[in-house]
Amino acid sequence: MPTIYIDNKPYEVKAGKNLLETCLTLGLDLPYFCWHPALGSVGACRQCAITLFKDKEDTQGRIVMSCMEPVKEGACISVSNATAKAFRGQVIEWLMTNHPHDCPVCDEGGCCHLQDMTVMTGHNYRRYQYKKRTYLNQYLGPLLNHEMNRCIQCYRCVRFYKDYAGGEDLNVFAAHHHVYFGREKDGILQSPFSGNLVEVCPTGVFTDKTLKQHYTRKWDLTAAPSVCQHCSLGCNTTAGERYGKIRSITNRYNGAVNGYFLCDRGRFGYEFVNDENRITQPLIRNRVPEAVDEQSLMDHLKLLLTQSRTLIGIGSSRASVESNFALRQLVGSENFYQGVSLDEAALGKLIASILQSGAVHTPSLKEMEQADAVLVLGEDIWNTAPIMALSVRQAVMNSAAANALQQTSIAGWHDAAVRELVQDNKGFLANAGLTASPLDDISTCTLHATPHDIAVMGFAIAHAIHPGLPEVPQLNNELAAKAAQIAKALQQAKRPLIISGPSCYNEAMIKAAFDIAGALNTGERKAMLSYVLPACNSMTLAMMQAPSFEKSIDRINDNTVVIILEQDLYRSIPPAKANAFFNRCKNLIVLDSLHNGTTEKAQVLIPAATMAEADGTLINNEGRAQRYYQVFVPTTGMVKESWKWFWQMRSLQTSSGNGLELHPNDWLTKLEKTLPQFNGISRVSYPPEFRIHGQAIPREPHRYSGRTAMLANLAVSEPKPLQDNDSPLSFTMEGYPNRPPASLIPFFWAPGWNSIQSVNKYQQETGGALSGGDPGIRLLEQKTGTPTAYFTDIPEALPAPRNKWLLLPAYHIFGSDELSAYSAAIRELCPEPYIGLSTQDTAELGITDGKNITLVAEGEEYTYPLKIQEHLCNGIVLLPAGLPGMPALTWGSWATIAPSLKNNAV
Amino acid sequence: MAFTEDKLKKVQEIIARYPDGKHKSALIPVLHLAQEEHGGWLSSETMDYVASLLKIEPIEVYEVATFYSMYNLKPVGRYLFEVCQTGPCMVNGSDQIIDYIKEKLGIGVGETTTDGLFTLKTVECLGACGYAPMMQLGKHYREHLTKEKVDQIIEECRSKATSLN
Ligand code: SF4
Ligand code: SF4
Ligand code: FES
Ligand code: FES
Repeated sequence: MPTIYIDNKPYEVKAGKNLLETCLTLGLDLPYFCWHPALGSVGACRQCAITLFKDKEDTQGRIVMSCMEPVKEGACISVSNATAKAFRGQVIEWLMTNHPHDCPVCDEGGCCHLQDMTVMTGHNYRRYQYKKRTYLNQYLGPLLNHEMNRCIQCYRCVRFYKDYAGGEDLNVFAAHHHVYFGREKDGILQSPFSGNLVEVCPTGVFTDKTLKQHYTRKWDLTAAPSVCQHCSLGCNTTAGERYGKIRSITNRYNGAVNGYFLCDRGRFGYEFVNDENRITQPLIRNRVPEAVDEQSLMDHLKLLLTQSRTLIGIGSSRASVESNFALRQLVGSENFYQGVSLDEAALGKLIASILQSGAVHTPSLKEMEQADAVLVLGEDIWNTAPIMALSVRQAVMNSAAANALQQTSIAGWHDAAVRELVQDNKGFLANAGLTASPLDDISTCTLHATPHDIAVMGFAIAHAIHPGLPEVPQLNNELAAKAAQIAKALQQAKRPLIISGPSCYNEAMIKAAFDIAGALNTGERKAMLSYVLPACNSMTLAMMQAPSFEKSIDRINDNTVVIILEQDLYRSIPPAKANAFFNRCKNLIVLDSLHNGTTEKAQVLIPAATMAEADGTLINNEGRAQRYYQVFVPTTGMVKESWKWFWQMRSLQTSSGNGLELHPNDWLTKLEKTLPQFNGISRVSYPPEFRIHGQAIPREPHRYSGRTAMLANLAVSEPKPLQDNDSPLSFTMEGYPNRPPASLIPFFWAPGWNSIQSVNKYQQETGGALSGGDPGIRLLEQKTGTPTAYFTDIPEALPAPRNKWLLLPAYHIFGSDELSAYSAAIRELCPEPYIGLSTQDTAELGITDGKNITLVAEGEEYTYPLKIQEHLCNGIVLLPAGLPGMPALTWGSWATIAPSLKNNAV
Repeated sequence: MAFTEDKLKKVQEIIARYPDGKHKSALIPVLHLAQEEHGGWLSSETMDYVASLLKIEPIEVYEVATFYSMYNLKPVGRYLFEVCQTGPCMVNGSDQIIDYIKEKLGIGVGETTTDGLFTLKTVECLGACGYAPMMQLGKHYREHLTKEKVDQIIEECRSKATSLN
């Protein structure tokens, strides 16, 4: 490790870094704008100036940009000498000449990097007295607000949006004193990662429009570490509340998972918590529905639960591990099911058993970014696991950069130089899917085909890599050629990554993905295999091997009590089937947070807490268990975590205790004992008694406007501080004032660093792991070097039934997820229902784009407008999955299509 | 807007100067051509047309066209005064020159006289600092500007315009 001298003090530092990263890693305060740990350096803003001396004798030195200067053995620099300070002071003064100084009305105020840097450089008096340049702002859609006057031309927005995330509709226009960052004209930003601009932009140009609807300063938020609930990746988030409403979701850095970024569904999909449709009061539907208090509820439940009836529990892929396990304990393992269709449960089980076998390594998102060849087999990750798509993009870009850098001495952080060198070169990505995906733009090899063809191509790749595996009979030429190309590229890689998932409802595809990864895993080559799952906690139910609730139907009679946990079964199976199921349930208890088709059917409806009012654990697609913490205690209603309700019910059965004895960690300890596949999960968090120097960790920053203001919407008298018995967090601003352990960070803040850039102060090194290690406990580790068994059952091509189409779901980042669609802004971005067919099929049927057509599946008719899918292969009909108001269908079944007679007359 | 056969051939020639698949490199010369053909300025239609010729997104044309002061995004007069306002010209009195032109023609910066003859524009250093203050008029530099010289230039243009009409 080289030694460098900063202000005459020696430091041992990491080689290969630039001096800005190095200083920040050492904990020094050095201002910057254009550099970003995920975006690298371009040396554009001149804010990070330091003095570099020739040697120890040199007293003069010269100004250099620390972000552009590599660490060199023996380098002598000064951060604090007068010249460097004056230079930085000047730079900020210039930048501020045009800045509107409108902090009091700016949403960024209080978490603004520009404010922090201005204070840090000591610029506090405005000398410029002339006109400022002004701009017209643009309408950028429902998610982001645009206020161009605040821009300081750091270029971070376009560098993130275009270079990092591949967006095409945000750009920079004009030059010198009137540079403009925006779209070519007003309109909705197209990238699903646009929300990150809120954090990437160091000023208030791009701010969260949803926060604006119920604005609260960062210092007035009560916040807690949370985990995104909107897909299976489990990105870490910070949820902030005031007056009983979640106000915003911001990124919670986790070096192994989401890093610095979230997708827009995760960032803006929080408003279900605040929805008017929330269930807050228990309800008993006798002859007339009646809202009841807790005592009446318990009396009623006692009657229901204790008359030696069979209990059937239906676990939920959007409820916590604790709630699912508590339900399983309440009803008994043989009576525990999950609320997904038979097919989905089988696919989940297959994925879990592959990963649990330990034959291959399943990577974190961070590891995926290091892959040097990627194959996506049939999963539409852009829509089902957005941040994974962003990671795959980084893998493609990083491996191109790594290739280019081999022949030069340019450092990887030298962003502009690296891009110049790389030009349009890309690393290897093969993207196989049903239809077009934005990832196609960066893939070397693209395939749009049926699930069957994708799967057999997968088996052909596996065979090409490992000739001991069976050959695919009668493979067509296109698939054979692609298989050979892909196999070759994967074999040349050192860290190949295979991604698949259940969204095509095809088992063979999942198996083929495993075979490829297994076959690649030889010698030096470390293959990675990642599966996407349908929901944020699907992994838990898959690991519990819970069967589909469809299997329980025959067991239900008038004497059975069915308990459904936090989900709408109408989203899992077609309405007719669901109705048949509910008709059998005479005693139905439903716990959920929002009214839906299933809660309508409940005899007893119990208000369940959302992630904002609950502590709980989720297991993501990588098998990483992560805890989310309660953000606030609702002041009205009787909302409680489902696991608490279940334990209360249990105490009714056993007539002992009050049901409040167990904390989340106790549940996890019990779980480990009952189901050893969850071993280690209880280490996911600290016990509620955990204290640092006797102090809990405050959810509120110390600059919170004060306790008397906490509930100012209701009363100005100081409420008694609430107790948190389930976690080491406190509900006030009092507590341990310094950096808490990584999994317990309620918000990022450091002295002088109010913006999210304060993350620097929480990491071992900038852009690296959080101090003390990134949060989460991985439950699925690789055990063996190469698999001992492969899947050899290559499916035969079945001819499609005459005039039938294979019915498959099309996923939409906005719309396919249940809870995020409650946010008005997300709702605005959801597509309208449609029926998608290939161009050729459409022509043969003689129907026109946009006209209503009717799909007949399992005897039911569904009429929606036709949307021609240019890249879809023939013989498949796509319907958007999970859109609000659209019924569930039996995916993977055969359907017929008729030009519709209905509505076309209009 | 569409180019004539002739000009389209010219466009193809320009594109051919660059490697395959690098159509975008031809953008700047093609924009100059389009501006010449389109009365000295670039409308969004013109820019969209150029985008379609080069098979790139319109936004990619806009970012370039807005960057360079040589492209006019609003209609301009027959004679375009591009007066340098960067440091060296400024200390040599470009401010007074600009003010004088404004007063004399009765227009502000970025505006065109009602007769459509003159547009005043300020630009950054044109690399003729040694001859400051200066301006560019068409393809020529007019240097060491004074009020008298400005009068002279305006007269010159007016008489040229009358003789052309
Ligand atoms: S909009 Fe924000 S991120 Fe973009 S250049 Fe301006 S200050 Fe930087
Ligand atoms: S990628 Fe998934 S987990 Fe991450 S923010 Fe988006 S929806 Fe949430
Ligand atoms: S951060 Fe170094 S020049 Fe901008
Ligand atoms: S400053 Fe006017 S030409 Fe250089």
